[in-house]
Amino acid sequence: MIQMDAVQKRLFQEVADLHDIPEGAYNLRANGQAISRNTTANIDIQSKTDVSGIDIRIKDGTKNESVHIPVVLSQSGIKENVYNDFFIGEDCDVLIVAGCGIENCGSQDSEHDGIHRFYIGKNSRIKYVEKHYGSGDGSGKRILNPVTEVYMEEGSTMEMEMVQIKGVDSTERTTIAELKENAKLIVHERLMTHGQQQAGSIYKVDLRGDGSSADVVSRSVARDDSYQKLDLCIIGNAACSGHTECDSIIMDNGRILAVPSLEANNIDAALVHEAAIGKIAGEQLIKLMTLGLTEAEAEEQIINGFLK
Amino acid sequence: MLELKNIVFNAENDGKNVGILRDISLTVEDNKFVVITGPNGGGKSTLAKVVAGIIKNNSGQIIFDGEDITEKSITDRARMGIGFAFQQPVRFKGMTVVDLLRIAAGKTLSVSEACEYLSEVGLCAKDYIDREINASLSGGELKRIEIATVLARDVKLALFDEPEAGIDLWSFNNLIRIFENMRKDRRGRSIIVISHQERILNIADEIVVIADGKIVKKGSRDIILPEITGTENAVNACSRIQ
Repeated sequence: MIQMDAVQKRLFQEVADLHDIPEGAYNLRANGQAISRNTTANIDIQSKTDVSGIDIRIKDGTKNESVHIPVVLSQSGIKENVYNDFFIGEDCDVLIVAGCGIENCGSQDSEHDGIHRFYIGKNSRIKYVEKHYGSGDGSGKRILNPVTEVYMEEGSTMEMEMVQIKGVDSTERTTIAELKENAKLIVHERLMTHGQQQAGSIYKVDLRGDGSSADVVSRSVARDDSYQKLDLCIIGNAACSGHTECDSIIMDNGRILAVPSLEANNIDAALVHEAAIGKIAGEQLIKLMTLGLTEAEAEEQIINGFLK
Repeated sequence: MLELKNIVFNAENDGKNVGILRDISLTVEDNKFVVITGPNGGGKSTLAKVVAGIIKNNSGQIIFDGEDITEKSITDRARMGIGFAFQQPVRFKGMTVVDLLRIAAGKTLSVSEACEYLSEVGLCAKDYIDREINASLSGGELKRIEIATVLARDVKLALFDEPEAGIDLWSFNNLIRIFENMRKDRRGRSIIVISHQERILNIADEIVVIADGKIVKKGSRDIILPEITGTENAVNACSRIQ
């Protein structure tokens, strides 16, 4: 295994809570190459031969196992497209942790575009955690354009936690999902932008099977001069239920465009969307100030809670 | 000890300058339980907010423990030991009850310590500690959490602005119990409650009646309560549904 340097270790910690080599299956990638990999009896990881990326195959009935596939970039000027495909068998219960951390102290842009495809077998439950993080004070931009595709068989459940709190200059996040009968998708997205950052987040969830359901909740904060576009769409093509929620706080000169949309193509599709954008309520600040916090501390606490 | 000297607060209303507080002077000794009553719109809540620094008085002086705090911020006053429970507690999306209690206590609170404060306000701690302070909580639950944040702070002066407003009768009975307990176990703090409720007035050491921006009566409960019983300044809990 190639040794990790301190920067890489810190990035792995930020994006995957890894303090050390994880247990279970993993593939750690740094600066464009795999540095360490482990497979288990039930979870296999193979490099793709045609493009950059890996195939992760999880056997039927695999339960209480985890897969970590974090990526870090610590050299300036790296630009990569990575294709990771997950083939998940039936009746599994697995945690998947991905994420990308970029440290760019140089003048060239660093970019990681990860394309993740999930094929989830019947009645499997997947928890997917994806964190994106950027740091470094170089003039080069930190760019992440993740694409996530989720194809869900009957009775499967996917819970996705998508977090991008700091340091990514430009991002275009696209998530599409197709759900068969009784499949269930739950998404919690947390997004914070600051400085001059631009972020776009697009969800397109297609409820194809009777009894399928989706709950897509996005909470975001736009500070300084940053801009966000949140585009959450649920399409009901069966007797299904869907809910989207965009809840945003704007601060300073931050701007947000929220475009929740619903399309019902079946008389029994029940779809709901909610969207709210506003600054921090004055009463919230005052309440925390009466507890002894300064205005700036109160703001931080409110944002921390909101994005938790 | 809290001393208010000639407090004046004016507000603009339809282009006119209206006197909300008109020369209020009042002293609250340490370890006293004082209830401020009076008709709606008389200036009671405004006075409590002036003490906490949420509203800035136009003139007059506020002395707390011998120090002039008239120009001090909400934060400074809070750090000096003034606590304030809002009439309409605010909700915080994402923040949990234990988060708020930790902020109130100003330290990392163990779960069992946080539970103690919740038990004091009659909430089963394990059901509430990780609840978000959002729209899923009822008015009565929020109110009790609000009171717990003041208890967690170990303040020298606790202000409660109409604690009974917006809660049901059942919660109201519990609320009275909380105040009775607080009165018994004052730990050296002074308590000021803004309320019309006879049962809260009943446990006061002193009662102050404010109407039209002025103090119209003040004195010990034994003297004031008989004078105001049966008026709008001392109502019983059921009067709201009569």
